[in-house]
Amino acid sequence: MPGFPHAMPFEGFIGGLMIGVAAAIMLLGNGRIAGVSGMFARILGLSTGGPPWAIALFFTAGLPLGAGIVAASVGVKASFPTSLSLIAVAGLIVGIGTRLGSGCTSGHGVCGLSRLSPRSIAATATFMATGVVTVTIMRLSGVLL
Amino acid sequence: MRQNLISLASGTLFGAGLAVSGMIDPARVRAFLDVTDAWDPTLAFVMAGAILPMAIAWFVVRRRSTPIAAEQFHTPATSPIDRRLIGGAALFGIGWGIVGLCPGPAIAALAIQPLPALIFIAAMALGAAVHRFAFTSRRSA
Repeated sequence: MPGFPHAMPFEGFIGGLMIGVAAAIMLLGNGRIAGVSGMFARILGLSTGGPPWAIALFFTAGLPLGAGIVAASVGVKASFPTSLSLIAVAGLIVGIGTRLGSGCTSGHGVCGLSRLSPRSIAATATFMATGVVTVTIMRLSGVLL
Repeated sequence: MRQNLISLASGTLFGAGLAVSGMIDPARVRAFLDVTDAWDPTLAFVMAGAILPMAIAWFVVRRRSTPIAAEQFHTPATSPIDRRLIGGAALFGIGWGIVGLCPGPAIAALAIQPLPALIFIAAMALGAAVHRFAFTSRRSA
């Protein structure tokens, strides 16, 4: 893509379509929102609402299964930061934040935005903004690994 | 049984989509949030691709009384935009920005980079537990 040497607009759009169809299958098939943070909390018994336990478990188990199939056939790149403690801190904040805010990029970002939910629009704008601010602060302070 | 198979099919396609789109790579996600360096707009194309079929699905939902394999649609009730929503989303964005991982790609990445993915997921579980016991016990919700 001109001007953006690392961008994968085509793969991104095709993968996005797959994600959207997957969420549509969950909604039209089971009548449920494909929100990963909610499913995850449900599996752990940390959510009072949400889908039946088995539905959450099968959906969540499918995520690494699907990624594994793609990785085995065409290969997948994933560069994680080297600091495992930084990863743990980020995971903890994401865990609290997604529960408090009732969703993440799948629930609010994909399922909510497509429904023009005012709550999801507000949530998505907020986490996009704090995400940009966080990465910018990390880059300017030299913490970015 | 039919519901579980639908769920597995949805999750598998979702995970495959995350892999195809490059969203399992935390560096790529962070490059979208990194507007001061070499910005990578890929995530915007992923969102556009994902929202399109879901917008059609919501259109279909309005014309159907029940889902294919369940008795009713469980769609989120309309609640106000409150401090919890904004505070939680703000917190989530900070954690998302630190590493470039959100819950879906983190779980999908178990098949690609098991150790860092597992550490992120374990910490996420701890965070969900902290929320469950620190934020929901004081209020009845």
